[in-house]
Amino acid sequence: MSGHSTYEPKTGIERWLDTRLPIVRLGWDSIVDYPTPKNLNYWWTFGGILAVCLGIQIVTGVVLAMHYVPHVDHAFASVERIMRDVNYGWLVRYMHANGASMFFIAVYIHMFRGLYYGSYKAPREVLWILGCIIYLLMMATAFMGYVLPWGQMSFHGAVVITNLFGALPIVGEAITTWLWGGFAVDNATLNRFFSLHFLLPFMIAGVVGLHIWALHVPGNNNPTGVNVKSKADTVPFHPYYTVKDGFAIVLFLILFATFLFFNPNALGHADNYIPANPLVTPAHIVPEWYFLPFYAILRAVPDKLGGVILMFGAIAVLFVLPWLDTSKVRSMRYRPTGKLYFMIFVVACLVLGYCGGQLPDNHVIPGLSTFILIDADLNSMVWLSRLATLYYFGYFLVILPLLGLTETPTAQPESISTPVLSHPAGMPAGAVAAPEKKG
Amino acid sequence: MADTVVGENPDPHAAGEDPNRRDFIHIAAGAAAVGAVGALAWPFIDQMNPSADTLALASVEFDLSKVALGQQVTIKWRGKPLFIRKRTEAEIAAAVADDGANMPDPEADEVRHKPGKAEWMILIGACTHLGCVPTFAGGDYGGWFCPCHGSHYDTSGRIRRGPAPLNLPVPEYEFLSDTTVKVG
Amino acid sequence: MLRKGIALAALGLALVGGPALAAGDAKTPEPVDFSFKGPFGKFDQAQLQRGYKVYREVCAACHGMELLSFRNLGQKGGPFYDPDYSNPNDNPYVKTIAAEYQVNDIDSETGDIIQRPGTSADAFPSPYPNEAAARAGNGGALPPDLSVMAKARKYGPDYIHALLAGYREPPAGLTVAPGQYYNPYMAGDTTPFWTGEGHAPEGGFIAMPPQLAPDKVTFDDGTPSTIDQQAKDVAAFLYWAAEPKMEERKAFGFGAMIYLVIFAGLLYASYRRIWRNVAH
Repeated sequence: MSGHSTYEPKTGIERWLDTRLPIVRLGWDSIVDYPTPKNLNYWWTFGGILAVCLGIQIVTGVVLAMHYVPHVDHAFASVERIMRDVNYGWLVRYMHANGASMFFIAVYIHMFRGLYYGSYKAPREVLWILGCIIYLLMMATAFMGYVLPWGQMSFHGAVVITNLFGALPIVGEAITTWLWGGFAVDNATLNRFFSLHFLLPFMIAGVVGLHIWALHVPGNNNPTGVNVKSKADTVPFHPYYTVKDGFAIVLFLILFATFLFFNPNALGHADNYIPANPLVTPAHIVPEWYFLPFYAILRAVPDKLGGVILMFGAIAVLFVLPWLDTSKVRSMRYRPTGKLYFMIFVVACLVLGYCGGQLPDNHVIPGLSTFILIDADLNSMVWLSRLATLYYFGYFLVILPLLGLTETPTAQPESISTPVLSHPAGMPAGAVAAPEKKG
Repeated sequence: MADTVVGENPDPHAAGEDPNRRDFIHIAAGAAAVGAVGALAWPFIDQMNPSADTLALASVEFDLSKVALGQQVTIKWRGKPLFIRKRTEAEIAAAVADDGANMPDPEADEVRHKPGKAEWMILIGACTHLGCVPTFAGGDYGGWFCPCHGSHYDTSGRIRRGPAPLNLPVPEYEFLSDTTVKVG
Repeated sequence: MLRKGIALAALGLALVGGPALAAGDAKTPEPVDFSFKGPFGKFDQAQLQRGYKVYREVCAACHGMELLSFRNLGQKGGPFYDPDYSNPNDNPYVKTIAAEYQVNDIDSETGDIIQRPGTSADAFPSPYPNEAAARAGNGGALPPDLSVMAKARKYGPDYIHALLAGYREPPAGLTVAPGQYYNPYMAGDTTPFWTGEGHAPEGGFIAMPPQLAPDKVTFDDGTPSTIDQQAKDVAAFLYWAAEPKMEERKAFGFGAMIYLVIFAGLLYASYRRIWRNVAH
């Protein structure tokens, strides 16, 4: 940030307001004249996309809360009433349900972008940690929201997740009873989940405010990872990035609309259209797709407490990442070895997601059924999950700390402007390479 | 707009361009954004209107034989009280006699009941002032009296004195038979 | 681009990563060429009417549809929608259908529980007064409510069609308990009941006996009343019952897509212009 504001109130009213509450100045400095590196590629548009996702979820959620009944006897029917009788209720409800999936698609891309370009490194550690807090809040919100329709997956998902806390020694049982407000997931649980599901998005919005604040102090990272050196490296946020983010947001909305209008139940699970029945568990209980990697880590560990610790550890490790990565180079673009390990990491996360949706004893390679080693079938999903889990933690706890000390990075540019001016061929992805024709 | 925005940076738009063409595309994109938000606003407003199941329950049938002469039965219709009153000859006469009287919302008694059914007065029982429920046979005119702010209605449900501006409204209804009425 | 591809692949994995094949899994239903499939698919009103008749004459004896009201039959996209009656509550056909049912009510005079003919505003009455009665009448099995059945099973209407038309004689070596019927499309595991050679047959046991038979339902439009046709029609009807706003949704989506594509084009042009002279 340049440090001083360029906002000049033009009218008397603006001057009057500016000396009392400089809110216009805040907006001006944050989203109009905010100097932004000029080489940001499309991976950087997901911040704006996420803001739109949060807005959509809050607006549709407030509307749904006007019609939803948080009671075990009425919750399922009230959701169906929204779909059938409330004017445009089908639109609002499908927007909210699919919007949650879209939100997680965007947040995962946003996080992988930060991992690849080293956006968590000094001086952006607080920015990164705030992002991790937002992600945790999102997971809690999504989980509680999924319980509200009170279908079979809602109910038994709530049973499984709340029972995770039962793994804690000594206090475990007391905590689960406290979470439930009874001796099982029941009406009291549904009511408190509804209340918290309403509250948490506003907490997310608050932390997003801090996240943006923490972004605007050091300014954006960029694909080169090199600090902004001069004014020549930046462009004002508006109109350059408002229009670029806007374009990316509309592309993202097209993906959203494809699911929303033409396959609204593709990302959900059929069993959640069966009203909750505490006496029967669905044959194959899986969480929503965005939790599958963590579900796989949970099941990879044969011990209940161990699995819970590892699952929460998979998120906790993100919080300390800024101090685990020892490399002085931010962007993986100049770390060839690091880039390779990163790509494997992405694959490991996808493998975990895949394993999370399978039964643990399923074979990875269908034909190969007799690959038994010391009583264990290594050709099973649970062993594949273990391998991927090992890599997940190895990447953060071993590879990133050691690699930074041993690898040889390639040459970084002097500044953001240099590579562009001297090597026009090496333009970052998403940049406009060809000069536009006149007219 | 772009001039002030770009500020001290070399202005990429300064070169000799046709400003109309340049502005058009930006204005069109901005208008499309406004249009999208505007179009999506309607579903979010309309969702608060009565839903299909609420509208489906908007009519009730009532058996008039339950009402004694000179008495009134109050039923709930569309969430509001509905007065069904069987008027005595004297009450009807009083209402007709006052047709020419000075009142805030002049209306003949004849148009407030179905032809030939002068004894049946069917009204929405919400005071036209601020929606309280008037009490039966109270007030100076023997019709209804609203205890909230002192509005007096006569036996035809017409406002005669007090802050209420209009007569008690007559709902849409029809006689299915001599003893059954369908409201709504 | 790479990671966007990966993200989409992850999404794809999530889609296909549902229940995997374990021992004794059910047979995958064959896709039926329903008119409502695809982005432009619409309900075939004649088929919905036939499907309603199958539901009414065959299914309704045991299966409720409590999330639906009679008026739904006459709403836009429904089996008995008539453009002359934009308010489905006034649709005479719907009124007649509703009046054929007896619904419970309370006499406002005496407080007694009475039965009166249904009105278009009433929900479809359940065939049993409560769950215990439903189980008692069906050998301990509970006939599920059919309101959202087409969304509550994987493969939806294809599954309903396959299940209803897919009853087979149990293969030799499979022991079927009394009151149970073998169906290759039913979820379950036949292994414990299998004494034959090789792998246990796919599918499972269902407490519902085969319900459809040729000409069991007479179709008013002259369509040949085969088991397959009855199963298709009732599956289509149940899909409508589960997703009555499907046509509205697709039409809205079609408009939204066109708008978004044009909007994206305008923004791209605007973006190219704004960034034209910036080296980056």
